[in-house]
Amino acid sequence: MAGAGGGGNDIQWCFSQVKGAVDDDVAEADIISTVEFNHSGELLATGDKGGRVVIFQQEQENKIQSLSRGEYNVYSTFQSHEPEFDYLKSLEIEEKINKIRWLPQKNAAQFLLSTNDKTIKLWKISERDKRPEGYNLKEEDGRYRDPSTVTTLRVPVLRPMDLMVEASPRRIFANAHTYHINSISSNSDYETYLSADDLRINLWHLEITDRSFNIVDIKPANMEELTEVITAAEFHPNSCNTFVYSSSKGTIRLCDMRASALCDRHSKLFEEPEDPSNRSFFSEIISSISDVKFSHSGRYMMTRDYLSVKIWDLNMENRPVETYQVHEYLRSKLCSLYENDCIFDKFECCWNGSDSVVMTGSYNNFFRMFDRNTKRDITLEASRENNKPRTVLKPRKVCASGKRKKDEISVDSLDFNKKILHTAWHPKENIIAVATTNNLYIFQDKVN
Amino acid sequence: MGEEEGLHQTQLLDTMFVRGLKRKCFDGEEDIEGTLAGFKAIPSYNLQRQSLLDMSLVKLQLCHMLVEPNLCRSVLIANTVRQIQEEMTQDGTWQMINTQSAGQTSLDRLVSTDILCRSSKEQAEGKLVPVYSTFTKDCEGTQSQDNSEIMSTVTSPQAPRNLQSNMWEMENPQENRGNFQKSLDQIFETLENKSPNTVEDLFSEVDNSYYDLDTVLTGMMSNTKMGHCDVLETFPSQTTANSNSNCKSDLNELDHIVEILVES
Repeated sequence: MAGAGGGGNDIQWCFSQVKGAVDDDVAEADIISTVEFNHSGELLATGDKGGRVVIFQQEQENKIQSLSRGEYNVYSTFQSHEPEFDYLKSLEIEEKINKIRWLPQKNAAQFLLSTNDKTIKLWKISERDKRPEGYNLKEEDGRYRDPSTVTTLRVPVLRPMDLMVEASPRRIFANAHTYHINSISSNSDYETYLSADDLRINLWHLEITDRSFNIVDIKPANMEELTEVITAAEFHPNSCNTFVYSSSKGTIRLCDMRASALCDRHSKLFEEPEDPSNRSFFSEIISSISDVKFSHSGRYMMTRDYLSVKIWDLNMENRPVETYQVHEYLRSKLCSLYENDCIFDKFECCWNGSDSVVMTGSYNNFFRMFDRNTKRDITLEASRENNKPRTVLKPRKVCASGKRKKDEISVDSLDFNKKILHTAWHPKENIIAVATTNNLYIFQDKVN
Repeated sequence: MGEEEGLHQTQLLDTMFVRGLKRKCFDGEEDIEGTLAGFKAIPSYNLQRQSLLDMSLVKLQLCHMLVEPNLCRSVLIANTVRQIQEEMTQDGTWQMINTQSAGQTSLDRLVSTDILCRSSKEQAEGKLVPVYSTFTKDCEGTQSQDNSEIMSTVTSPQAPRNLQSNMWEMENPQENRGNFQKSLDQIFETLENKSPNTVEDLFSEVDNSYYDLDTVLTGMMSNTKMGHCDVLETFPSQTTANSNSNCKSDLNELDHIVEILVES
């Protein structure tokens, strides 16, 4: 897979599609809260604050002939979670979909896990494109026939019908989390998955909903002593006994479930020593990890903190092997960002299929890609201004200080309300999905 | 110098409460780093640090009525407050404030997350406004009596008599103000022990400790549509004492019941 961007053999990213409402007045329920490709890349799921899941499917026809890869069109839409009220605490449970994770495909149907703050659901998405015709006891419109009028018998035949996509909830995994669920991750054993909240991680079997195993518990005996929470967790892509979880203090712990039932003692602790020259009151907050993702190979993992993306080699705990600055120009603005709460924004990150490029979002609807091989990076913008198909995206640049060049944008002009928190990369091709507040942008590499 | 600083402080506070305008915050990263050099830099550093502390406490106090506050965010803000307090204790600023409050022992233990998150919420609305109106009159953060009161109010659980919330008083009416820390421990111990009303609750798998504070203090489980702030404001003081002592006796009763059940 080619590199991030720039000249030469690198990729040129083009606009492909944009989904969602055009107007600037964003309905709260339409705010996209998660984006995820399935394992083949054919399906793209989004979850929103209103508890809905929308699945897009890539067109398969004319892939060879057309100038671009298949377009993504709506495949299925369903209401995954509804708002609930916890009477014991007198608090509302938001229906916002925090995460969607696809399960590897085992049969004709597709399965995904979707979660809000408290409940995880397993959804089955299946197609129906045939229906039986020619019943003996029923008319075509469904009315029952009088048996005495039946003179001959025939075997019902399956005839094609318009494609119908059905989504049905197959399992509901509830009541296992006191705190807000921030992550779910399917295991490579195809049987279990984990769910993580602020203080605990539970292991579930996909078939069993009334029981889960608690595998990590960092809740202190005395809540007064709470200084650290779990921010993300993920299973290793190949080792079904290994998972990692990140914390608000910038540490990542790798645990092996074979070691003990309760994995409170980590097998490995990944932490980079703090740079004393950069120390401030905000150091801890900006070190808080908002996302952790294993590479497809399983050899590396990537973490996102407020200002940077770090790549860790699983064999080396004391420091990351690569660090990429996402928006270092914000370091001098941390106080303002603390004031307006932007410093608590949780950005996600993702790998491309070959693990050679990583991508993450920023403000002003900018997103960044870092090529691990060429060490080049690029900043692009998701905006409706570039919305002609196959328009090549122009690289953007933020001017940190001093003289602003033409086409550069100064830090003070950045719109901090336009944040790209969720991005996803097709597992095999150079197709990316980037979510702004309420729109989903799909970009592809330029096909010649 | 005092007046100028006072005005500057007000402006800072103004900017804190005004949202959506493009402005430059003091953004004193450079200042904070260079602070050890030169005595002149220190007052403004203190001011910045004070503003940050106040900002953090405001953040902790704002609670969402219907939706649970984000635990990660609360913990990070509380840690920031603790960091500031630690630094202030180290450079003596904190000590100064404590000795000015009558007869209270200084805060050896740093304020815990829960206290910061809860007690700040409890001292909501009614307490917040007078605090900030007093504060704007002040210039230097460390010198005046007014300011020390404010510091104690918003930052320390050892609140001066007139500003201490009913809750703490009712929990431990006999407690010396100086033993406040001990009384806080007691409170949290009580709360951590599940105080269920039925035997079923005792065996429930649901973790109750997260909302025990609410149920113990309010004595009502079915209070809908009230967040932490509202409930504690309207709460009559008598009930608190009763419910707390009831909890302890309930627990003893329950032990007794369980004993009987187990033996049978």
